[in-house]
Amino acid sequence: MKLLKLKPSVGLLSIPYSLIFIFFFFIPLILTFIISFWDYNEYSIIPDFIFENYSYIFKDCLNFEKDMCVTFKTYLSTFIFCFITWFFTLIIGFFVAYFLAFYVNSITWQIVLFLLCTIPFWTSNVIRMISWIPLLGRNGLVNDFLLSTGLVDAPQEWLLYSGFSIVLAFVHLYTLFMIVPIFNSMMRIDKSIIEAAYDNGANGLQILWNVIIPLCKPGIVIGSIFVITVVMGDFITIGIMGGQQIPSIGKIIYVEMSYLQLPAAAANAVILLALTLLIIWIMTKMIDIRKEL
Amino acid sequence: MLNKKNKTYYVCVFFFCLFVLFLYGPTFTIVLLSFQGPDGGLTFPLNGVSTYWFEELWRGGSVVDIGSAFKRSIILGVIVMILTVLLSVSAGLAFRKKFWGSDTLFFATVASLIVPSIVLSLGVALQFRLLDDFTKWLGSTFDINYINEFFQTTLGMFTSGLGAQLTWTLPFGLLIMFAVFNRFDKSYEEAARDLGASPWKTFKEVVFPLIAPSIIGIALFGFTLSYDELARSSQVMGAGNTLPLELRGLTTTVTTPVIYALGTVTTFVSFSVISISIACYIWLKRKKG
Repeated sequence: MKLLKLKPSVGLLSIPYSLIFIFFFFIPLILTFIISFWDYNEYSIIPDFIFENYSYIFKDCLNFEKDMCVTFKTYLSTFIFCFITWFFTLIIGFFVAYFLAFYVNSITWQIVLFLLCTIPFWTSNVIRMISWIPLLGRNGLVNDFLLSTGLVDAPQEWLLYSGFSIVLAFVHLYTLFMIVPIFNSMMRIDKSIIEAAYDNGANGLQILWNVIIPLCKPGIVIGSIFVITVVMGDFITIGIMGGQQIPSIGKIIYVEMSYLQLPAAAANAVILLALTLLIIWIMTKMIDIRKEL
Repeated sequence: MLNKKNKTYYVCVFFFCLFVLFLYGPTFTIVLLSFQGPDGGLTFPLNGVSTYWFEELWRGGSVVDIGSAFKRSIILGVIVMILTVLLSVSAGLAFRKKFWGSDTLFFATVASLIVPSIVLSLGVALQFRLLDDFTKWLGSTFDINYINEFFQTTLGMFTSGLGAQLTWTLPFGLLIMFAVFNRFDKSYEEAARDLGASPWKTFKEVVFPLIAPSIIGIALFGFTLSYDELARSSQVMGAGNTLPLELRGLTTTVTTPVIYALGTVTTFVSFSVISISIACYIWLKRKKG
């Protein structure tokens, strides 16, 4: 803390923080890129400069007479999960934030209800996934209910360990990522703008569409980035909720790592990262994140 | 105005209640199911009421060594919490002025939140593998006995595991600091300085008390995110698994409510930490005001 005495060097206080990011963020990512061009055998990785790891990923992908290659299929399936999850988290997140920002008048209540939405984020994700089993399983509550009302005559298998349960778990886990930034944007909206629109005869829906949504755009973009990137790289939720049967990009990397095919995993990681960055880059073109904090 | 209690208001209230039910309902069901009798299964109906599955968990019956995984997770969580507070508060102070590399560091902070966890985990694993190879090479080239005989790996909970988790918790800490300093009234600080206080004294007597409640928030993020962290540390924990890693393994092997009992216990720990933090936050705010 003596550093504070040298006024111009307050910046030095960032050194420990920077060191962590150099050592556990920059160097690992650079190494991943380098090693994606290395060779490997069963027990070791061998320095080299080859493109086999990449060409292997896209093997058969340019042969359009055959079925779609495994890589494209996996990416397509991950994109579909991304899109559906994004859609539901956006709709739900927006309306929860809207309620908190515009319908809850006392600040104390706003904080209490906001915390109520946030608390699950601080508890275990795995437990939150497991907790769907008693509801969605073969003998779960939902099936019991459906059977007893006679809506179906056999237990529904698609409820658990399926695409449905994966999306449900994603929405359950990550809607908060939408609520927080959108709520933040909404709280910055000057209430007099809304009143002005109201005084000029706009109805609730028009205010929502023409005033609130455009002003929430930064929040929506930030929330979307979080949700999309977390689903893109996921292997845990898709693993547990899909009964380890549904492929994902993250899972390919995970499996290759467990077989110690590290350069192959690195090549997949580079492609995943590039794709993620591309999506973020497109989205951040729309806003300046730094202004939103 | 919007806050008029019309039909839309009640629709919104109803929608919000549904959302809260959706958030908490499933967790509530496993808490309920963990208190079943010895014949209970993974689904409803409840077969009697007892604490049998908690005793089973305590005995370690069907499960791997949960006790030590639990202990490891708590210890790691506390260390991550302390480091997250120290590093992000000091970096937050630094960021109040532009410094060399501040833009890059800000970029890294945001990027770290959105880089797919598996990619980072792989990167850290590769780095430590190379470090291992390098250490072994040193040992054999320079005939260092200690390395040749005892060295196994640099990968471990307090090296690679800790670092990987910090890349997840530190950004939250720094972003909270940003939010704090964006709303910070600098005049108190200037007053202290005008009265001749040293920078350290200004920080201790003026700035710190003002940001103390937010530091509780950072600590809360540090501990809970580490305690539940799974994706980033999955490849780099080395020999000893943390609780979330064990839990993930159990989802495929355990078919008794013992897993719900474990879920109830960890959720209880999380809720205790959250409640204590919120209580501290309120207490500090009151004291200040």
